[in-house]
Amino acid sequence: MVELTGYGIVLGSIIALGAIGLTLIYGIARFGNFAHGELMTLGAYFALFLTVWIFPALGLSETRLGSLSFGWPMLLSFIPIMLIVGGVAVLIDKLVYRRLRNLKVGAVMLAISALAMAFVLRSLIYIGWGPDFHFYSPGLRPMLELPLGLKLRPDQIFIIVVSWGMVGGLYVFLQRTKMGKALRAMADNRDLARISGIPTERMTTYAWIIGGGMAAAAGILLGIDSQVRPEMGWQLLLPLFAAVILGSIGNPYGALIGAMVIGIAQQVSTYWLPAAYKPAVAFIIMIFILLVRPKGIFGGS
Amino acid sequence: MSLLEFDNVVSGYGEMEILHGVSIRVDEGEIVSIIGPNGAGKSTLVKTVFGLLNTWEGNITFTDEDITGFSPEQIVRKGVSYVPQVDNTFSSLTVQENLEMGAYIRDDDFRPRIEEIYELFPDIEDRRRTRVDKLSGGMRQMVALGRALMLDPQMLLLDEPSAGLAPLVVDMIFDRINAINQQGVTLLIIEQNARKALENSDRGYVLVDGKNRLDGLGPELLADKQIGELFLGK
Repeated sequence: MVELTGYGIVLGSIIALGAIGLTLIYGIARFGNFAHGELMTLGAYFALFLTVWIFPALGLSETRLGSLSFGWPMLLSFIPIMLIVGGVAVLIDKLVYRRLRNLKVGAVMLAISALAMAFVLRSLIYIGWGPDFHFYSPGLRPMLELPLGLKLRPDQIFIIVVSWGMVGGLYVFLQRTKMGKALRAMADNRDLARISGIPTERMTTYAWIIGGGMAAAAGILLGIDSQVRPEMGWQLLLPLFAAVILGSIGNPYGALIGAMVIGIAQQVSTYWLPAAYKPAVAFIIMIFILLVRPKGIFGGS
Repeated sequence: MSLLEFDNVVSGYGEMEILHGVSIRVDEGEIVSIIGPNGAGKSTLVKTVFGLLNTWEGNITFTDEDITGFSPEQIVRKGVSYVPQVDNTFSSLTVQENLEMGAYIRDDDFRPRIEEIYELFPDIEDRRRTRVDKLSGGMRQMVALGRALMLDPQMLLLDEPSAGLAPLVVDMIFDRINAINQQGVTLLIIEQNARKALENSDRGYVLVDGKNRLDGLGPELLADKQIGELFLGK
């Protein structure tokens, strides 16, 4: 149980990075990004491309960092990949979603177009890398015995540290910086933001960069934890939405709590249930919350 | 000198024409109120000034510049601020953050301005770190006015500042509106509460069915028999 809770925290941390971006994009752009899972997958494959094909070809060392399963080239690849995937997210918004918005199509049409975009991105990944599983680095990974009977791999501790570091960074950004406050203001009251002279179109772009970047980081971390495959992000989409709804849609701090609840619930459920039911656990929690507290545990946005 | 001029303006929502050629003038330093029954087009008028609705015909001039068709972002930069009737604060942000957002387009150090706002509204000063949705209606209205004043606007547009407030709070808000005016801000106020508005205004316009009905000095309109019958319940 304690062990499963540990895995749950790892999964919850990864879900948190995705869910916070998803909820931010919803709050700012009023857009449910069903292609969010694919942005994660894209990040994972870009990291694979850099660390397995590009860096070795450039003769960069493969020395591992301490007892982690990867070396500093992996660390180095985080920032550029987050920026690239953030850029891809902005590009999709400008090329596809904004045109639909300008046609004044409804929310359902936009959601379906995001779903279509998810299929397009996943197909592109299949075309580019094929359907096989990939690993960033082969070999067995030792467990660390931690206090309280917790057992985690060094990689998993890295995942938790990086996720919470990013979430903390985002918190400081949203609470302390002018741009962060303007993003919260816009999520709170779009019309008043416009009346105050906040450039709403530019804020939407920032939301996509942050959301896309955090999704990419989540994808890389998910790849480090298990393996890289075309369906990896898609399979997390349901837990992402469950976390977002649980934490009240549009509320980034709620999404963090929601993600931890979903992550831990999914992993601990395997104590009684076959692992195949993990997505069902997220689904059941989501439906339960929608029935009992449709606005999530934190009420409004 | 006239600051804002509305010359035969036609506008509305979607296909529906609401203002059928309205003309008003606001001089520098004045408080001008626009009163009229529900559906007269009062809110439409202020939204049209602010570029939230398109002007179909006619012209809007501000400080001798034609601002017809300007976007809200452009109008804010001309020195006009707007306080909507509802949803006029960022309710999940703190009082201080609301004021900071009011100053979003300022690049200079606006901290002294924040202190001036707190001098104008001492009640919200010790609530700076409180989320606005935890405040009373009156205090929220002060935050809304404070946000709009952060840019040192030449002109302030207020849409029903007294709506939904208790009579004592209404008096206090109008007292503050006068204080704002004494600091050199010109005000255009839309009001349902005709008596309160006219008592506190230099001049007033009466709008009925999207057309000018009457205009005159505040006290004159208050004494006008027609107005009395229309709105003041005399």
